[in-house]
Amino acid sequence: MVVYAIKRVASAFVTLFAVATLTFFLMYLVPGGPFLAEKAPSPQTLKALEQKYGLDQPIMVQYGNYMKRLLMGDLGTSLKMRGQEINGIIFTRFPVSARLGAMAVLVAVCVGIPLGSVAALNRGKLPDNSIMFVATLGIAVPGFVVATVLMYTFGVKLHILPTYGLTSPLHYILPVSALAFYPTAYISRLMRSSMLDVLGQDYMRTARAKGISQFKTLFKHALRNAVLPVVTYLGPMLAYILTGSFVVEKIFTIPGLGSQFISSITDRDYPLIMGTTIFLAFLLITMNVIVDIAYKIIDPRIKLK
Amino acid sequence: MENRKNAISFHLDVSDFLPAEESEKQSMVVMRESTSFWKDGFRRLKKNKLAMISLFVIIVIFIMAFIVPSFYPYTYEQQIRGSENLGILEYSAQEKARMEDGESVFPHLLGTDSLGRDTMTRLLMGSRISLLVGIIASAIILVIGSTYGAIAGYFGGKVDMIMMRLVDVIYTVPDILIIILLSVTLKYPLKDLAAKVPGFQWIDTVGVGLISIFVVFSLLYWVGMSRIVRSQILTLKEQDYVVAAKALGAGSGRIIRKHLLTNSIGTLIVTTTLQIPASIFTESFLSFLGLGVSAPMPSLGSMASQAIGGISSYPVRLLAPAVMISLIILSFNLLGDGLRDAFDPKLKN
Repeated sequence: MVVYAIKRVASAFVTLFAVATLTFFLMYLVPGGPFLAEKAPSPQTLKALEQKYGLDQPIMVQYGNYMKRLLMGDLGTSLKMRGQEINGIIFTRFPVSARLGAMAVLVAVCVGIPLGSVAALNRGKLPDNSIMFVATLGIAVPGFVVATVLMYTFGVKLHILPTYGLTSPLHYILPVSALAFYPTAYISRLMRSSMLDVLGQDYMRTARAKGISQFKTLFKHALRNAVLPVVTYLGPMLAYILTGSFVVEKIFTIPGLGSQFISSITDRDYPLIMGTTIFLAFLLITMNVIVDIAYKIIDPRIKLK
Repeated sequence: MENRKNAISFHLDVSDFLPAEESEKQSMVVMRESTSFWKDGFRRLKKNKLAMISLFVIIVIFIMAFIVPSFYPYTYEQQIRGSENLGILEYSAQEKARMEDGESVFPHLLGTDSLGRDTMTRLLMGSRISLLVGIIASAIILVIGSTYGAIAGYFGGKVDMIMMRLVDVIYTVPDILIIILLSVTLKYPLKDLAAKVPGFQWIDTVGVGLISIFVVFSLLYWVGMSRIVRSQILTLKEQDYVVAAKALGAGSGRIIRKHLLTNSIGTLIVTTTLQIPASIFTESFLSFLGLGVSAPMPSLGSMASQAIGGISSYPVRLLAPAVMISLIILSFNLLGDGLRDAFDPKLKN
């Protein structure tokens, strides 16, 4: 177990290193460097700026410096928002996105698992068919469509929910449901098939034959075993919610890290793009490692290699 | 099943004990006309109503996206002066005047946008772009993924270990972040290439955004495919006909091409079909964020993105691309599921 954990963490570091390197060299590809904005600065200013940011040195030296600073957790300073540390920007923006994402995960798990179980227990009947119809539709509709349609119906047409900002609990309803829509649909499909699988197992029959109450067999035997595949989906779900937050935060004008990332792309604020990418990659890779290790602990049947 | 009170009760299903019908008996007859792999698969696919409906929808969308725009009276970049912001089936003042003169004016089926461009043609062209992206990207993924997976699976041992370790690393790379990064940065080198090097002018017509999407797909997205193909090859290479081919002196390349990949064709078809909607999904997401195709070329994602500002006055401009993209993804998903059940029953979990 420990060996597996160490291996997993080590490979995560390799990935992170690869992402950081790729980010650095890709940014270097951009011709003219980051200072060639709409109005070009004079050669003297350019030189001074390059000296200040160390851009006049050979690329390998720059790369070394960049990696050194990265190891110490320093992501540099933003170009467009003069003098603002990227660490500071992420620090103020990220909690907003994290709260939104955490709520979406919660909604997806708390709605998806019961829906899938209900569908499996009523296989072939009306509840199953209607839940699966919605779920199949749910995984075919892109996040931006869900978000805009929700905004149009509840915000613009019916005027019952606010459509921008995050100032009251009511403001959370639309973005969180838009963000949770796809994962909920996915989890209920996953849950249904794994529940059907578990219901056909011998230990379920044994449990019933022993005379254990139906409630207990359902919750202690079926649900606990059927929920395992959902745990494996947590990693991809986090990635989905993260990218979904770019779109949802843009549509609902939420001051989170996602909308910040998108505007840094349109502003061509390269250090900020780079810093946010590395931060988000770090976040995702760490989460994936945690999920992987947790899965091995929860399900001892999986062979440790 | 229907007689049972709940899913975990012991009640037997009476219908299981009824005498077999004539058609059921027929399916058990061993001596029947031999069917080929394809015939057998299509027979199963034809029974699946949902998959057949999806196939029909896909064909209709293909005709609309690839054939209809060529004789449609409006083009996607044509800005009709005076016809800005028309609603569904509305005519502008000039067009009404022309109609009174006896001229026939083709109606704007879905209205026009703020620049006076016909929404219907743009919708069709956008679908064409989405379909093209989905198909080309899936083809790239198919070629790279199956070759890589087949080589790793066939040679095994150290080759397999090293190749699959690389796949593991790529698998954990956050793909969307890299896609965004690449489409931001590749723009300039590609534009340079188109401007300076002769023979690369086609880059401008295709659009830098689209090319970077393809680059990313070919860099990152083949890993899933290669894993599936590898596991398929691992079981197939133990078969007797592979030993026979080896004994007859066939080289590794020939065995992989003629025997192993040909025999995993079912898996390849299914995985590729299910890859198409995934690619379309990603493309629309990028276009929505403004990183995909470049204007004036429409894409379903960018059309939806532009429509958000006027959502309260012109909801159809948003709903049309939204419905279209959902329809495309849904039908490809359902068709892929149907193909999987028909050609590769083992894959079903």
